[in-house]
Amino acid sequence: MFQKTFILAIAATLAARAAQAQNAPQGIDATINAAVGAATGPFVNFIFSPFPGTSFPWIVLWLVVAATIFTLYFGFVQFRSFPHSIALVSGKYSDPDDAGEVSHFQALATALSGTVGLGNIAGVAVAVSIGGPGATFWMVLAGLMGMASKFTECTLGVKYRNEYPDGSVSGGPMYYLKKGLAERGFAGLGKGLAILFSIFCVLGALGGGNMFQANQAHAQITNIVGDYPGWITGVIFAAIVFSVIVGGLKSIARVTEKVVPFMGVLYVGTALVIILMNADQIGWAFGQIFSGAFTGLGIAGGLVGALIQGFKRAAFSNEAGVGSAAIAHSAVRTKEPITEGYVSLLEPFIDTVVICTMTALVIVITGVLQIDPDTGMYIWDAEQGRVATVGNVSGVALTSAAFGSALAFFPYVLALAVILFAFSTMISWSYYGLKAWTYMFGEGRAQELSFKIVFCIFVVIGAAMNLGPVIDFSDAAIFAMALVNIFGLYFLMPIVKAEMVSYQARLKTGEIKRYS
Amino acid sequence: MTSETYVVAFEGAPDDPGVLDFAIKQAKGDGASLLLVHVLEWSPYSFLTQEELAERHGRRKKELERANAIVMAPALAKADAAGVPATGVIRYGQVVELILEETRKAGATEIYVGRSGSQSVAARVFGSVTLGLAQLSPVPTVIVP
Repeated sequence: MFQKTFILAIAATLAARAAQAQNAPQGIDATINAAVGAATGPFVNFIFSPFPGTSFPWIVLWLVVAATIFTLYFGFVQFRSFPHSIALVSGKYSDPDDAGEVSHFQALATALSGTVGLGNIAGVAVAVSIGGPGATFWMVLAGLMGMASKFTECTLGVKYRNEYPDGSVSGGPMYYLKKGLAERGFAGLGKGLAILFSIFCVLGALGGGNMFQANQAHAQITNIVGDYPGWITGVIFAAIVFSVIVGGLKSIARVTEKVVPFMGVLYVGTALVIILMNADQIGWAFGQIFSGAFTGLGIAGGLVGALIQGFKRAAFSNEAGVGSAAIAHSAVRTKEPITEGYVSLLEPFIDTVVICTMTALVIVITGVLQIDPDTGMYIWDAEQGRVATVGNVSGVALTSAAFGSALAFFPYVLALAVILFAFSTMISWSYYGLKAWTYMFGEGRAQELSFKIVFCIFVVIGAAMNLGPVIDFSDAAIFAMALVNIFGLYFLMPIVKAEMVSYQARLKTGEIKRYS
Repeated sequence: MTSETYVVAFEGAPDDPGVLDFAIKQAKGDGASLLLVHVLEWSPYSFLTQEELAERHGRRKKELERANAIVMAPALAKADAAGVPATGVIRYGQVVELILEETRKAGATEIYVGRSGSQSVAARVFGSVTLGLAQLSPVPTVIVP
C-alpha cells in the first residue's frame, strides 16, 4: 500500500511539473499565449455558446442529434453491419485482381493513425477530470452513435472523390458537398458549404491537428526532463514536421506510420494489464461510470456536465461527423463506395469505445481523482473548474500519473507514445489541411508551400501556449468543421441510403461476391 | 501442339536470365509452353501514409507498366525468339502463394526458379522464395543456380 502511494506521489510530482510548465508560461510563451488567446476568443465563444435558455453548448447538441438521426435513418447500421465490416477489413470481399490497390485495412489503419492519439490520452483525462467518471458513459455512447455519422461521411467521401489522370485521388467533404449537393439541385449551397468547410478544416488542422498535439507533446517532454520554455519544443517539432512535409523526408513519416500502431497496441495492452492488476475494482469503476453518468457524483454540472464533456471529448477523439475521416478513406479502391462506409464505422468503435474507455478506466481505478472519504463524492476544485487530482494535474499529465501509479516506468513509455501520436496526427492533419487549402486556392507548389509554412509556425505557437486556450481553439475549430459537414450530410443521406439498400440487396442475392 | 506448361518464377533481376534461359531450353526440348509469373511483393495489411494512400492507384499503374516493359516483355520476346510459346502474368501479393496459385490454375507440371542467394535476415528467418517453393510446390521444382 505504502509502495503504491509512494509511486503515485512520484508520478504525480512528475506530472505536476508538466502542468506547472503549462500553467505559467514565461517570456515569449506568455506573449504568444496572450496574443493568440485574444485572437481566437470570439470564435471559441461563438462555437461553444449555450443553447438559448440552457447551459448546453448548441454545437454538442448538433453532434448528438446528428448521430442519433443517422443511427435511426440507417436502421442502427453500426450494430447490424458490424460483422460485415470486419469481413470487409479482413479482405473477404476484396477481388484478388485488385491486389496492389489501397485495401480497406490500409485506409482504416491510416485514418486511425490520424485519430488515435492525444484525444484518447489527454482528451479523456480532461473529460473525466471535468465531467467525472460519468463522462465515460456518454463518451462511449457518443462513440457508438458516431459510428453512423462516420459511415455516412466516408461513403460519400469515396463516391464523390476526384480522380486525376495520374491516378491520384482527392476526396472529402469539400468534394461531396460541392458535387453531391449539385446533384440534388443545390449547386450554389454546395459550393458555399465546401468553401466554408475548407476554411474550418484549415483551422482544425492548425488547432486540434497541430497546436493541441504540440502543446501536449511539450507537456510530456517537460514531464520527463523538467520545465523549459515551450517554444523550444515547438521549434524542434516544427523543424521535423517541416523536413517531412516540405523537405520530403518521407522516411520519417513512414517510420512513424509503422511505429504508431505498435504504440497503440502497447498502450491498450498496458491499460489492460493495469485494469487486470486492479481486477477487484473493475465493478466499482463501472459503478462510478454509470452512477456518475446520471447523478454527477458531486461534479459541478451533474448529469449535463458529464454528458457535455463525454460528447465533446468523444467528438474530438474520433472525429465522427467532423469530416476529416472522409478525406482519409476516400483513397480506397472499391467499386462500392458503401463498403468504405462499413469499414469506417469501426473507427469510432476502436478509438472511443475501446481505447478511450481503457484510459478512463485506468484513471478511475488508480484513484488519481480525489474522493472525499466521508461522503464518497469527488472533491471539486472550483478554482480549476474540475475534480481535484493527485498532484493537481490535468490533461495528458493526469493520464501519465494514473499509468505511473501502477507501473512506475510507464510515464516514460507514455511520453514516447504521446510524442509519436502527436507527430503522426500532425502529419495526417497537415494533409487534411493541405487538401482543404488547395481546394480553396488551387493545386500548385506555391500554394502548397504557403500552407506548409503556416502549419509549421503553428507548431511553435501550440507548444508555447497554455493548455486552456489551445484546447478551446482546437475544439472550436474541429466542431466548426462538423457544423458545416453535418449540415451537408442531411441533404446527402438519401444518396447513402440508396447505396446501402442496393448493396444489401445484392449481398443477399450473392451478386456481391465473397472471395474467401 | 504443346502438352505441358512449365511455370517460371521470374524475378527479373540481373541473375534471372539463368533461370529463363534454362527453362526455355527445357521447354524447347520437351515441346512445352512457358508461363512466366512475376510477383510484386505486396501486403494489404501494410501501413501507408496519407499521401501514399492518395497516390497508390497511380503508383500501381506505373509499377505494372514498368514490370511489363522492363521485365515481362523482354522475357516473352526471348522465349518467342527461341520458338517456345510463352505467356506472362504479373501479380501483386505474397510471392510463393501466388506462384503456386498460378501453377495450379494453369495445370503446370514443373516450376523453374532461380536461386537469388539472398543473405538478408528476413530471408534467413522466414525462408526465401526458392525455399518456400521447394517446400510447398505440388509439382517438381527446378532450382537454377
